[in-house]
Amino acid sequence: MNMTMPIQTPQRAFAVGAPILELDSISLRFGGVKALTNISFNVLEHEIRAIIGPNGAGKSSMLNVINGVYVPQEGSIRFQGERLAAMTPTRAARMGIARTFQNIALFRGMSVLDNIMAGRTLHMHANFLEVAFRLPRARREETEAREKAEEIIEFLEIEHIRKTPVARLPYGLKKRVELGRALAAEPRILLLDEPMAGMNVEEKQDMCRFIIDVNDHYGTTIVLIEHDMGVVMDLSDRVVVLDYGKKIGDGTPAEVRANQDVINAYLGVAH
Amino acid sequence: MNLQEQPAGGWPYAPGGGDGATFQKLLLDHALLRGARPAFREKKRGIWHTTSWSDLADEASALAAGLAARGLKRGASIAFVADNRPRLYATMSAAHMLGAVAVPLHQDAAPEELAAAIRRVGVTHVFAEDQEQVDKLLQVLPGCPALTTIVYDDDRGMRHYRQPELVSYDTLLRQGRELAAGRREILLAEAAQGQPDDPAFLFFTSGTTGPAKGVVLTHAALIKRARAAATAEGLGEADVTMAYLPPGWIGQNLFSYVQPMVVGYCVCCPESSETMLADMREIGPTYLLAPPRVLEALLTQVTLRIEDAGAFNRSLYRLCMGAGRRARASGAGSAGDRVLTLFGEPLIYGPLRDVLGMSRIRVAYAAGDAADPDLVGFFRALGVNLKPLYGSTETGFFVATQREGDFRHGTVGRAVEGVEIALSPEREVLVRSAGLFREYHDDAEATERSRAGDGWVRTGDAGHLDEDGHLRIVDRLEHVGALADGTPFAPRLIENKLRVSPYIREAAVFGDGREATCALIDIDPVAVGRWADKRSVTYTGHADLASRDEVYGLVADCIAQVNAGLAADPLLAGAQVRRFIVLPAELSADEGLLTRTGKLKRSAAAQRFAPAVQALYAGEGQTPDGLKIRDAKTFAPTVAPRRAGRSA
Repeated sequence: MNMTMPIQTPQRAFAVGAPILELDSISLRFGGVKALTNISFNVLEHEIRAIIGPNGAGKSSMLNVINGVYVPQEGSIRFQGERLAAMTPTRAARMGIARTFQNIALFRGMSVLDNIMAGRTLHMHANFLEVAFRLPRARREETEAREKAEEIIEFLEIEHIRKTPVARLPYGLKKRVELGRALAAEPRILLLDEPMAGMNVEEKQDMCRFIIDVNDHYGTTIVLIEHDMGVVMDLSDRVVVLDYGKKIGDGTPAEVRANQDVINAYLGVAH
Repeated sequence: MNLQEQPAGGWPYAPGGGDGATFQKLLLDHALLRGARPAFREKKRGIWHTTSWSDLADEASALAAGLAARGLKRGASIAFVADNRPRLYATMSAAHMLGAVAVPLHQDAAPEELAAAIRRVGVTHVFAEDQEQVDKLLQVLPGCPALTTIVYDDDRGMRHYRQPELVSYDTLLRQGRELAAGRREILLAEAAQGQPDDPAFLFFTSGTTGPAKGVVLTHAALIKRARAAATAEGLGEADVTMAYLPPGWIGQNLFSYVQPMVVGYCVCCPESSETMLADMREIGPTYLLAPPRVLEALLTQVTLRIEDAGAFNRSLYRLCMGAGRRARASGAGSAGDRVLTLFGEPLIYGPLRDVLGMSRIRVAYAAGDAADPDLVGFFRALGVNLKPLYGSTETGFFVATQREGDFRHGTVGRAVEGVEIALSPEREVLVRSAGLFREYHDDAEATERSRAGDGWVRTGDAGHLDEDGHLRIVDRLEHVGALADGTPFAPRLIENKLRVSPYIREAAVFGDGREATCALIDIDPVAVGRWADKRSVTYTGHADLASRDEVYGLVADCIAQVNAGLAADPLLAGAQVRRFIVLPAELSADEGLLTRTGKLKRSAAAQRFAPAVQALYAGEGQTPDGLKIRDAKTFAPTVAPRRAGRSA
């Protein structure tokens, strides 16, 4: 991975388009704790959007709201211009939103291939009996699922661990498998919760390259949470900065870097 | 176009090759004679795909039409910076159909290295693997005015590249098919126009002893050498080999392009370098080429896994391997050893061969560098017919090897049919055959220097020939020297012995003109790391691990074992390793210390580590940059039977 090369080439395969996801005045409370207060931002189609902020800023809560795990007390979410009353994880998945988790959530005893095929569930329609008797639709779907899984395995360069149980893999590869499982759903939006947490420099570089490739090759819109500022600045088209559940910055990496509130939040300020 | 059908006016040449063979004619022959047989198998997305000979000829013809339309001319050069894939070899065939010269380069070469090669040869077209290679080429494109076309195979990440020089393989193939449809006769006539004495390949030498030189080889030279070797080993169309080594190296091209073109056997391309072993087990090749580096890695793996086995299994393994070495490798086995090998077959040898993917091997060559006899002995003990093969880029690779039933331990065997070997008064190996290179590209002076008159070519290697014509290679002539007391000194010989240890990845030995032999040791990070984990030796990184006293102790033990072996050989007893340093970082090709095929560049290493070497001769202690220096255990010369290698 050659990191001296500019990561984002000026022309891109999929030009950034209209807003695909719009969050309007989202507020989320757990009892008296205000996790998110009046947050609005949008995500454009085909862009890489980062959410950053110090610990406890509400980044993962934000992702969980988009994903439908948490239902905000106030505010609305629009997906492709259509207003959604309440998002649920199932609904989010059906609409084409896939995600990875901060703490890896794979099927530990299953092989890499099976884990990735599990990500195809939404695209499989054969019922239990069809599968049990291997009727044509079940067979066809299984073949399709395997083909898609193999395409992803090639894309993520994990051919050598195809049949290895996930529990035996090192951390960096598990993260990659999780990305693979999310990709198997052929999502329109991919939510990545700290895809590079706990990785060494080389693993981070690999992961960066894969995220860019996913965006470039499949045109997938990506929303990611990340701690590593260097990574975020190189990777993203636009950045949202949260602090104590409030939005304190929004814009291109250069704009955000120059924002005094962001500097204060990250470096601390004398009170 | 359908190649099985005879063109209107008959074939423009007689099928069957013969002396007028060129690669393009051989390919058309195969399409005609064994069109449905597999030429290539490639594992992609978990499934093996087959390319038959007629598929290959068909694809190559279409590509030839496409390349011709993009200005590839007879005698022009096309470079290859790509992985072992059927598409690489189809493009190579296409280039040969048009009478162009193939210039295989190394994929891990830096942009400047590629540019230097492209400029020197005047390459007009390049076949590149993927975005990574294309980026390197685009970076140097302004400095290479002759370069007009870059064909790339993998289109991942290439969607937004708009440079006019770029064309994807798929596009080229599609355009070529449209063009070729109406021009079959023209293409066949073009293929027939090529002459056996036309240059076919230009390889860059590995460059162990100076800058890489471009070696030009003709169709006839390569085909004749490959045919002689194939006849000697009885290779046929049913044979199967694996293509997994750098395609920039002549050896890989001989096994995956030249020899299949001559014999018609099948070449299998693994999915990736990481899946090589698993893919090899699935295929079960019958014919294999492996550089000593790869064999050492396999031996290391086996040794480490055996160490994890139970005590009973370990001793059974030792017993069987010892007997196998004596009975099958060194030819000094007693009747008891032979009985033991019978028991060992179902218990140890068979299962191990299976794990290594070597169950069906009929012939395997250790080539590319000198292989230590102990290393070869290990595989022969397993019942794998592994033989050292001697040859170089300049001499057409197949120069000397062991004949069936005439294996002599420690030699590279006798000259292959059609090759004459002689020694100059300085004991340099001279070779004369029909398979010699034509010239160094654009370097008449170097070409002249390599000729010894009367058709002989200097190899630059020092060797012995025994009375039966068995050749033993000592080292590069310029590296052979003597210690201050006159003991002959051949560094590669000692380094090879050191590298057989699973814990030593590479070694650089010094001693010419000095009072003793000293060594710089590059440890195998994986093997030593595992060793350290087991003994709860904690470390932070490679440099820290390399500086541990425990690791120094481990390396000292390995060296002591090698020294014990050297002590048993009266010629080498004086050259035992006296003192050593464990290097804090791996030697790498990017720093110019290894060649791209992984061989040590001795002079570069000597220069780089000059202060350390200076300090080595000053005694135990530390080098200027703080590396520990330790003495190794040496032995009085003995004539006792040699200790079997550590793995036996």
